[in-house]
Amino acid sequence: MEDKVKAKIMDSRKIKRSFHRMTHEIIERNRDLNNLVIVGVRTRGVFIAHRIQGLIQEFEGIEIPVGVLDITLYRDDFSDPTEQHIVKKTEIDFSIDKRDVLLVDDVLFTGRTIRAAMDSLIDLGRPKSIQLLVFIDRGHRELPIRADYVGKFLPTSRRERVKLQMKEIDNKDEVLIIEPAGTKQE
Amino acid sequence: MAFNHKHLLGIQSLSAQDIRTILDTAESLSEISSREVKKVPILRGKTIINLFYEASTRTRSSFELAAKRLSADISNFSKATSAVVKGETLKDTILNLEAMNIDAIIMRHASSGSPHFVSSFCSSHVINAGDGTHEHPTQALLDALTIQQEKQTFKDLKVVIVGDILHSRVARSDLYLLKKLGAKVVLVGPPSLVPPAFKKYGAQIDYNFDRAIEDADVVMMLRIQLERQKRIYFPSLSEYHELFSLTPQRFSRAKHDAIIMHPGPINRDVEISTDMADSAKSVILKQVENGIAVRMAVLYLLLGGKEREITD
Repeated sequence: MEDKVKAKIMDSRKIKRSFHRMTHEIIERNRDLNNLVIVGVRTRGVFIAHRIQGLIQEFEGIEIPVGVLDITLYRDDFSDPTEQHIVKKTEIDFSIDKRDVLLVDDVLFTGRTIRAAMDSLIDLGRPKSIQLLVFIDRGHRELPIRADYVGKFLPTSRRERVKLQMKEIDNKDEVLIIEPAGTKQE
Repeated sequence: MAFNHKHLLGIQSLSAQDIRTILDTAESLSEISSREVKKVPILRGKTIINLFYEASTRTRSSFELAAKRLSADISNFSKATSAVVKGETLKDTILNLEAMNIDAIIMRHASSGSPHFVSSFCSSHVINAGDGTHEHPTQALLDALTIQQEKQTFKDLKVVIVGDILHSRVARSDLYLLKKLGAKVVLVGPPSLVPPAFKKYGAQIDYNFDRAIEDADVVMMLRIQLERQKRIYFPSLSEYHELFSLTPQRFSRAKHDAIIMHPGPINRDVEISTDMADSAKSVILKQVENGIAVRMAVLYLLLGGKEREITD
């Protein structure tokens, strides 16, 4: 049995609106935009980071530096023990000391990825602050972590999967709820 | 991309894809060594033994730093200061170390095949750091990473390996690896040190360095291993130097963008002239730097993550 798309929650228009709203919130909250840097968590967090960068440039004319974080070496949740996590490169070619770091990921779920990302950032320097942006917050937190900017709250059941598709790698923008193969309807 | 090996005993047992996985992982990890805090937590709680029955500075400290940068605990063991001098056998030494709940053994030994023997009875991961005249897989992998960074591809590259091929585990591992990735390998040296049997592994053999170096992309010089030579293989070091050392005149016959490699330690003005060893074409220190990234990659791929299904 294959994974099944249970519902399409957002299309490209809704996604674009959320990006615009979140960007305005970031600008509103960060009076000193010149002190802001964006760090995207591989893989989709990086594309989200670049979109936010582009929108801040469009609205305020300021180019915010974007870095790439790979958290494989900081994970505690090897979700599928038969699958080996491929390490990719962390590419942050600016200092994060005393900067306001906007950490960006696609889906916030247990919070363990963000815990790993924050540990990794703190090994790289001492930021003035870390803010968190996620496109989807689907609940079920296992750690005391919350996002500062959220594209959409999407309460789901634990066994479902939420997928943000982005045109940079998935050919189109949409948010899907996936019913994994082999699970029964509740 | 899965790397399903429990041990790293040699290049011969790896596939081309395994080699690429190690090189890609090494590329990703290399950035850690340039950080201010050169440490990531992935191997926290793992215990590794550096078991060196032969002298080494580069390989031993490279493995040690690689393990430490991944947060593993590593303990060094050398033959001179151990119970080996009291007559303990290799097997007993390993069983005693294993009783201390270790996770991996990095091993160098003068007897070819000793890591294979150890892997037959021990439950830890075994990493070969050089066994006799057999293999030195991490050296070949760091050589490959260096070549990849300089030349981007291995396909149809002409690699000339010069010197004491007979006693060289580096030459063997490099030959196996480079053939798996599609390079052309020419082995050069006096006939007494370059056995024709290497042809069956796909190498070309040439006893004339001046001819062999024509159009070479990579020139890899090896040290004359006087400690392994139990009889006379060439009349004198000065004759060897005359025929097989890398000098600027010889090097001018190679491709204009050729690079010079050497696994170290170098014997200046024996197999390589000082000005060649220190020239801009030399990537000898780059090899040393890449050694840490490659060894981090090997340790991560063998010990990182939870237990997996192991196919070998």
